[in-house]
Amino acid sequence: MVVTRIFGARIKRREDPRLITGQATYTDDVVLPGMCYAVFVRSVQAHARIRAVRTDAAQAHPGVIAIFTGRDLQEKMGLIPTAWLIPDSDLKTPPHPPLAVDRVRYVGDAVAVVLATTRAAASDAAALVEVDYEPLPAVADPEKAVQPDAPRLHDDVPDNVAFHWKVVNGDVDRAFAEADVVVRQRMVNHRLVPCAMETRGCVAHYNKGSGELTLWMTSQNPHIHRVILSGILHLPEHRIRVIAPEVGGGFGSKIPCYPEEAVVSFCAVELGVPVKWVEDRRENFVATIHGRDHVVYLEVAARKDGTITAIRGKCYANLGAYLSTAAPGIPTILHGLMMCGAYRIPNVHYEVLGVLTNTTPVDAYRGAGRPEATYYVERLVDLVAAELGMDPVEIRRKNFIPKDAFPYTTPTGLTYDSGDYERTLDEALRIVDYAGFRREQEEARRQGRYLGIGFSTYVEICGLGPSQVAGAVGFQGGLWESAVVRFHPTGKVTVLTGSSPHGQGEETTFAQIVADQLGVPIEDIEVLHGDTDLIPMGWGTYGSRTTPVGGAAIAVACQRILAKARQIAAHLLEAAEDDLEFENGRFYVKGSPDKAKTIQDIALAAHLAWSLPSGVEPGLEAQAFYDPPNFTYPFGAHVCIVEVDPETGEVKVLRYVAVDDCGRVINPLIVDGQVHGGITQGIGQALYEWAVYSEDGQLLTASFNEYAVPKAHQVPRYETARTETPSPHHPLGCKGVGETGTIAATAAVANAVMDALRPLGIRHLDMPFTPERVWRAIRQAQGPGGIP
Amino acid sequence: MIPMAFEYHRAASVEEAIRLLEQYGPDAKVLAGGHSLTPLMKLRFAQPAHVIDIGRLHELRYIREEGNVIAIGALTLHRTVAESATVRQRIPVLAEAAFRIGDVQVRNMGTIGGSLAHADPAADYPAVVLALEAEIVAQGPAGRRTIRARDFFRGPFTTALQPNELIVEVRVPVPSGKTGSAYQKYPHPASGFAVVGCAAVLTVDAETCRDVRVAFTGVATQPFRDTVVEDALRGQRADEATVRAAAEKAAEGVQPLGDAFASAEYRRHMAKVYARRALLQALTRAT
Repeated sequence: MVVTRIFGARIKRREDPRLITGQATYTDDVVLPGMCYAVFVRSVQAHARIRAVRTDAAQAHPGVIAIFTGRDLQEKMGLIPTAWLIPDSDLKTPPHPPLAVDRVRYVGDAVAVVLATTRAAASDAAALVEVDYEPLPAVADPEKAVQPDAPRLHDDVPDNVAFHWKVVNGDVDRAFAEADVVVRQRMVNHRLVPCAMETRGCVAHYNKGSGELTLWMTSQNPHIHRVILSGILHLPEHRIRVIAPEVGGGFGSKIPCYPEEAVVSFCAVELGVPVKWVEDRRENFVATIHGRDHVVYLEVAARKDGTITAIRGKCYANLGAYLSTAAPGIPTILHGLMMCGAYRIPNVHYEVLGVLTNTTPVDAYRGAGRPEATYYVERLVDLVAAELGMDPVEIRRKNFIPKDAFPYTTPTGLTYDSGDYERTLDEALRIVDYAGFRREQEEARRQGRYLGIGFSTYVEICGLGPSQVAGAVGFQGGLWESAVVRFHPTGKVTVLTGSSPHGQGEETTFAQIVADQLGVPIEDIEVLHGDTDLIPMGWGTYGSRTTPVGGAAIAVACQRILAKARQIAAHLLEAAEDDLEFENGRFYVKGSPDKAKTIQDIALAAHLAWSLPSGVEPGLEAQAFYDPPNFTYPFGAHVCIVEVDPETGEVKVLRYVAVDDCGRVINPLIVDGQVHGGITQGIGQALYEWAVYSEDGQLLTASFNEYAVPKAHQVPRYETARTETPSPHHPLGCKGVGETGTIAATAAVANAVMDALRPLGIRHLDMPFTPERVWRAIRQAQGPGGIP
Repeated sequence: MIPMAFEYHRAASVEEAIRLLEQYGPDAKVLAGGHSLTPLMKLRFAQPAHVIDIGRLHELRYIREEGNVIAIGALTLHRTVAESATVRQRIPVLAEAAFRIGDVQVRNMGTIGGSLAHADPAADYPAVVLALEAEIVAQGPAGRRTIRARDFFRGPFTTALQPNELIVEVRVPVPSGKTGSAYQKYPHPASGFAVVGCAAVLTVDAETCRDVRVAFTGVATQPFRDTVVEDALRGQRADEATVRAAAEKAAEGVQPLGDAFASAEYRRHMAKVYARRALLQALTRAT
């Protein structure tokens, strides 16, 4: 490969050939001798008492091995835990049994599991399980769920509010009293279904001889799953091996510890045969976590010149029927603390109610709390601009945290590491030709065409994160990451990472880091992950942390390797360590580059150990546990141009420009890919995706027939660019980019649609901008006799 | 997403398929491209005891010109129709509609006979065969019979086919004279099915609408010819103002469907918009 430097090179993902040619092993590809299949019987009721579960007919079905109900497991398994216990709140975590015992609380709640010799037999038998339900009133809407007369989901949460949480700083009341303008808006950030291409699944195998349970599962964090499963199954942690083979996308939905994987593991232990369960797409819509789902009441105080002085809000976060693993942390720590965005807003008061409803549990979905925050802040900034007759660009410039203010501590207590927000905005304006667009828009309006431009100048918290902070915010785990870099005698390198990439491309980017640091050809480096027996404890892939934390751990391990290699090289070259240069994988004495020892020479010498400096151990391997000193804060300016058809309400995205700054870039191709995918999901929320519940808790959009994940022809060609503001505290200057697109895009699209509709007097619409919703708004704004 | 157990039969000939249909009749489903039936079976909405696979009946895959009729074999893929030079030249609206069906995978597997027999009220072909006054040829134990498109659709997923009949051919008359046609569709963003689909065929003679046919899919529980719009145009001046006025009458007297994505009121509005767009395009093409 001809590249000047491997770090920063636009090389193709090494994992892709096997992934796109069907050569990869996903969980469903794991087939074990004697394996049986599990199918879950799920509630069709949103809320009901279980009078009885009759399994006789199912039991008699050919091929059925066993059936377990909630009552059968009650004494044998622990509860499904919540692992983010936010402090300074009245958090209650209602019990979540692995299978419903006497009550179901959402459509999809698992009631029983059927095990049979084939998947078809298990499916047929599951259809024969009769559950006698006594329907109870249900509630799906978080604002209705907190009303005094609302149906109560859990006896120990009388008002359905799992927690109250708030962040307050400054003199908010005074800022509002002294404001020239106050803008108020209720906003809905509607519910989404993550829709990973691979549904969830697992294969559990219990070896009676060794007493070890091996669980192949669709996991973003196998070590976390191992420790939680150990508690639920009452099996010692070292007797559980969790393997995440190829994982076909997660977007957060494969972080949580769900009932099914635990139940399947229990069955494998109990029955002594391997058990496979693969979620079908219909189950995936109801049994795997959902994302977003807020109703918020927001207020902003500003001065006449556009300076925003305070933000105040109350958020009803719908968390579904039970508190999923990380659920309490998403609308609070990852959301509430980001409510000032990229702006110097000194006063903030933000309250969050975590509300339980008869819906599928809600947890982290790509961006997890930050897309919601960005959406609110970016919409509010535009609303203030509209109120003052200011340009949306000017109000942003007016309120940006200036580049010389970093590190900048927000009133919510975060410290943004570095930033130059105006620069990304300037670059985006240049690419989009802002002045030119405004002229075109004017002209189009004269012809009755409605074009709009929307900005989203986001900042996001990623690279989760310092473990001390994790502890302080109640996350029941550390957030450091592990790495092992191991030279083999022949100079080949194996890297073990505690990160668990599942589509993000780190087998390539991590190899680039190692190749760059050690001067080894990238072909000689393999990156392994996702097996708790092979990989030292690590925390997995989510929160855009893989490269910022996992990558940093690898860089540190490489530095340790080089320190030892230098000692050996100095010994072999009979020189002082300080006199050695290291360049392109070669150690040599300054001034005589011809006489060199390659890193491969050193690796061989280290393994042979025929001649090592005294006190130096054989082998060439290093381990690192990297705990970041701070989060990283990528930022950028996204600009979207849309056209709205005033006659039908259809919205078409014409252009999308994304200027991101994620610090130093290891592989621009992969960064582009992450940005593209993220933007697509963001556009998806703004225009298409919508998990709709009926009042009584039935999911109305429970298949790809109704739930619209954007297709290639529904999104424009993206125009991406970058600026590079390194993170000052990261060993490689990287910040993370896995979620930026999703965080930025929704607001950019929404602002563009609102800009297009502004001449019609429409101030705000909630997403998604379905044609009918836009058409109705236009019709209402026009009154009778307006646009048809 | 595992179908109920069923018995699978592969027909080696049309005659064998009909024999099997005769034998299993109401308990059987015919499998052609499978892009409607298999999802329904996986969801267990359809639980046929017998599935009769006609996918190997290659003799039903053809497009032939027979004078002023284009005869299309029932197993002809959507993609084949969309790409056929004959269809594109002589009945372009049919190729346009075929190209708007589903996605590439669906068009590579789905068949014209399968789509018509399934009679999804939001499928694309039904509107077009209605507007083109096509005929559907069904074969049963007693031989072949021809059913006019307007007699074929009887309700949602319901047709004039008998349980022992198989669609073998679709016969589409080539419009004569100065005729323009168009298919305009607003697809559901998830399913790709028509929220509103309108096929218009307009024949102009001496600046007059000599003949006009307008059909909708997606709007109501079954595809339908909009005779109100047609009557408002027939014999009238072939110009934009007339078309606009006629399109305003779209779906009059019809109870439109309403769902979470599009209410009945919105569908009615969209029917007017799409009728106008389809008719104006047809008018441009006719003149």
